[in-house]
Amino acid sequence: MAKRIEVKDLDIYYDKFLAVQGVSMTIQPRSVTALIGPSGCGKSTFLRTLNRMHELVPNARVDGKIFMDDDDLYGAAVDPVNVRRQIGMVFQRPNPFPTMSIYDNVAAGLKLNNKRLRKAEMDEVVERALSAANLWEEVKDRLPKPGSGLSGGQQQRLCIARAIAVQPDVLLMDEPCSALDPISTQAIEDLMLELKEKYTIVIVTHNMQQAARVSDMTGFFNLRGVGQPGELVEIDETTKIFSTPSKKATEDYISGRFG
Amino acid sequence: MPPSTTRPKAPKVPQRPGDRIFAGASTGAGVLILVVLAGVAAFLLVEAWPSLTAPAEDIPGGEGVAVYVWPLLFGTLISAVFALLIASPLAVAIALFITYYAPRRIAAGLGYLIDLLAAVPSIIYGLWGFTVLAPLTVEPANWLAENLGFIPLFAGPPSATGRTMLVAVIVLAVMILPIITAVVREAFRQTPRLHEEASLALGATRWEMIRMAALPFGRSSIIGASMLGLGRALGETMAVAIVLSVSGGVTFNLISSANPSTIAANIALQFPESSGIAVNTLIASGLVLFAITLAVNMVARAVINRRKEFSGAN
Ligand SMILES: Nc1ncnc2c1ncn2[C@@H]1O[C@H](COP(=O)(O)OP(=O)(O)OP(=O)(O)O)[C@@H](O)[C@H]1O
Ligand SMILES: [Mg+2]
Repeated sequence: MAKRIEVKDLDIYYDKFLAVQGVSMTIQPRSVTALIGPSGCGKSTFLRTLNRMHELVPNARVDGKIFMDDDDLYGAAVDPVNVRRQIGMVFQRPNPFPTMSIYDNVAAGLKLNNKRLRKAEMDEVVERALSAANLWEEVKDRLPKPGSGLSGGQQQRLCIARAIAVQPDVLLMDEPCSALDPISTQAIEDLMLELKEKYTIVIVTHNMQQAARVSDMTGFFNLRGVGQPGELVEIDETTKIFSTPSKKATEDYISGRFG
Repeated sequence: MPPSTTRPKAPKVPQRPGDRIFAGASTGAGVLILVVLAGVAAFLLVEAWPSLTAPAEDIPGGEGVAVYVWPLLFGTLISAVFALLIASPLAVAIALFITYYAPRRIAAGLGYLIDLLAAVPSIIYGLWGFTVLAPLTVEPANWLAENLGFIPLFAGPPSATGRTMLVAVIVLAVMILPIITAVVREAFRQTPRLHEEASLALGATRWEMIRMAALPFGRSSIIGASMLGLGRALGETMAVAIVLSVSGGVTFNLISSANPSTIAANIALQFPESSGIAVNTLIASGLVLFAITLAVNMVARAVINRRKEFSGAN
């Protein structure tokens, strides 16, 4: 639970196209790491290499190493399915399974992990996950209803509940609030601050205030130039990045003097 | 803005000619379908009526309409249902293979091939069943009768020509396979990437992803496609007429030479030589076919609608 991730000199390709080059960073456990940067610089691409979702794109591949504690995530004997069971992901658009009830959505990951849980145990896990996602009070009376009947913000919290129900080591979030109103956003930000007590959280966001509010560390990605791959410009403590970043590009970006 | 009319409450939305023409055309088409359907039903009823009211001994066979139609109805149902039982799981499997397992270049070719197969006229399938498939089944049918004869389906005695219900079922299954596959594949292809990724990110294997995202999403399409196939099998005429050696009688025995015909095949074979009340009787059997086809479609609708909330359409 809550593991450290270490990325070493990672190059990320879509077929022959080098999308991101030379990323090295350490992501600390029990903290929130925010990734910011202009559109198209490869934040999502990088995030998806952390749980081996990247390679689902035909011909996509990576060069370099990623360790979770001491396990090489891209080791020859590692099954990507197992990696994804340990590293949860929340997407930009809420994506509960429309054919499943609220209850079944939260239970979906548990059933996959082949844990034969008794009904009572399952109920308990579902309640715990929904409570942790601050959704329990709102949905406890309609667990058998379809998840797609919830509001956007509730759906996103349902997706978070689904991701944490399996107690992953790490939680990845790709712009989890970009489709939500300010109040739902607030709810999810509060949630992140609670969740980081137990999980390692990495979040991609375009909202700089959000990065400043929720994260402990912030990494700034940028394109090296037009038609060039993206790169990690710097990663540092959030307070430092937003007050005295060490690179000029970072300063330009956060002060809105970008491009 | 056009001048306001006598109804002050609802503000008049400007009507564009395009909208009006389209609305008119689509309403017209909808009404036309209902009119045609009602017309067909009325025609069948009127033409079948004399046979329903005639004395039993005037009906071909001499025992009334019900006794005449029942074996045909039985043959129709058994051939179509067994064909569907073979074709639909196979179609889903093929569609899954094309969508999720086949290398991309092969997948494209296979999909194209399936679409082509769906366009082959049924008489071709009938000829193939008669000349190629029927002789091929003689040996296996003997084996089935000897070793699995205790199952009523394979009771035998096996036909020497192979023109059995089994061959009719297989021909029908092959015939409806492409259309079911094509529809189901289209549904799988539209499985939202979002939901596929949701399950994969939870650590689903590919098969688990198919079970969590693709199959539930494609569920109503699978049912719809099966009903389409069933409808085609129920109404199939020439392929069955060519393949099946008929002697009437109601039996589950698939491999003997004594088979019930089907309604559609029977009409095609008997109609040219019929006159008078015999024609009315054939039309009465057509009315039965019309009714069960309608019923099949309505049941399919009901099944699809029952879980609409969960269909992913919202
Ligand atoms: N499936 C794909 N196939 C090929 N190239 C891709 C694919 N997905 C992304 N790319 C390319 O990789 C680069 C990085 O894209 P990515 O989506 O990671 O950017 P991002 O930083 O997340 O942008 P945004 O902030 O808009 O989400 C872009 O040049 C993009 O065109
Ligand atoms: Mg992105």
